[in-house]
Amino acid sequence: MTITTTAPANRAALLVLADGRFPAGGHAHSGGAEAAVAAGRLYDATSLEAFCRGRLDTAGLVAAALAAAAAAGVDPLLLDEAADARTPSPALRATARKLGRQMMRAARACWPSPVLDALAAARPRGAHQPVVLGVTASAAGLGPLDAAHAAAYEAVSGPATAAVRLLSLDPFDATAVLARLAPDLDRVAQQAVDSARLALDSDVDALPAASAPLLEIAAERHAAWPVRLFAS
Amino acid sequence: MDRGGRMTAVVPTRATAPASGVRAAARIVAAPDGRGGTALPVLDGAGPLALRRTRAVAPGTAQVTVVGAMSAPLGGDHLSLDTRVRTGARLAVGSAAATVSLPGRCGRSATYDVRLTVDSDAELCWLPEPLIAAAGSDLAMTTRVDLAEGARLVLREELVLGRAGERPGRLVSRLTVRLDGRALLDQGLALGPGAPGWSGPAVLDRYRAVGQLLVVEPRFRDRPCQVAVLPSDPAEGEAMLTPLAGPAALVTALAEDALMVRRLLDAGRQAAAAAAG
Repeated sequence: MTITTTAPANRAALLVLADGRFPAGGHAHSGGAEAAVAAGRLYDATSLEAFCRGRLDTAGLVAAALAAAAAAGVDPLLLDEAADARTPSPALRATARKLGRQMMRAARACWPSPVLDALAAARPRGAHQPVVLGVTASAAGLGPLDAAHAAAYEAVSGPATAAVRLLSLDPFDATAVLARLAPDLDRVAQQAVDSARLALDSDVDALPAASAPLLEIAAERHAAWPVRLFAS
Repeated sequence: MDRGGRMTAVVPTRATAPASGVRAAARIVAAPDGRGGTALPVLDGAGPLALRRTRAVAPGTAQVTVVGAMSAPLGGDHLSLDTRVRTGARLAVGSAAATVSLPGRCGRSATYDVRLTVDSDAELCWLPEPLIAAAGSDLAMTTRVDLAEGARLVLREELVLGRAGERPGRLVSRLTVRLDGRALLDQGLALGPGAPGWSGPAVLDRYRAVGQLLVVEPRFRDRPCQVAVLPSDPAEGEAMLTPLAGPAALVTALAEDALMVRRLLDAGRQAAAAAAG
């Protein structure tokens, strides 16, 4: 099987799926930004950019690859297992499943599909969000590259939006960070699709497993806070 | 500064090294000796990877020490170490000193592939000294572990960016562990010059040493360990103990140097052992 990487006819569906206002619960999560602010590691636009660069090439790349592979037709249950293996923090595994469950609800309302139904039945408590995102993209008539772009963008747009609220950062500065990252988002999405193609021909070990130890440790600290602005 | 406690001086030249780099494949097979102990029917060192059977620390366990016969890996080297532990055997592998990845004369990257296979009711303790990426080096380290159901494993990996006071080398690592054919742990790191975002606040920030210690223990299936952020001064390092989505516990540690990573991993290992009862 080959993966189509040309621009799809369905581009507007990608805008719907990748919109920050898509009702899948993402707005309640900071992607580790809240914990990084508390640790004094994220404090301005420059450190936000460094944070996003690191997150993009680790958690973002892995999410994009899982989403691309799911959109390309790799067994979502194997991808779900691969996502667990790439997430040592139980707090982050729980967050990914919660977001996956919320995305599944929105996805089934928007693009009803037997593949979504089957995944929802197999993982009633939620599959990892990027896997659901990939299957959703496919149900919406989108391809693996679209799914990868949506996942990669989400990996940095969440922290950038959260930083505006957490640091009272100028929204223009935060969005400028995202704009500067655009070429890297394209690169990561392409890398994700290339690995998804390999995974389709071999197995899920072909997908990247780039880890971000500080994100993992900070997520466990954050999950133990009694009061927090963001869920993760 | 002493980074690893037992690190020995490594001379960054190798008189015998061909410009094209060394290809070497070492092998270890451990099997029961029929008398309650463990035999080593295969103990084949190769190139810079010399293997010695050393005095056992635990009864019934065969102890092997990897002794660096030459400084390695150098750029252009391709090293591999394949280890199998058969049902009923217990093997512990350590190394005599830290492994220092050094630039080669050819300016190419090096690879070091470790492959570990542990059969059911067999045990492997894989506890090498740290891997240090010296300035200008470029190494891809791959560790692939295949565990049968009922296998037990303790595995430590410590990566240090640069020798004391030195710029970091480039180091790409990947640790993939499968249990009964299913993905249990898959962790990659791309560190040093050219790796995007690695020294930023999401990945290592200012820390220059990172380690993980994995304990796979069938008893964790019914009684997983509890999550714990280990007590530490964040100025020196931080670490956590987490249950994986399988019968395993992982300690993840970040620190200023190898010594502190070791301390944190040891503390996490003790907490995991207490959880395993």
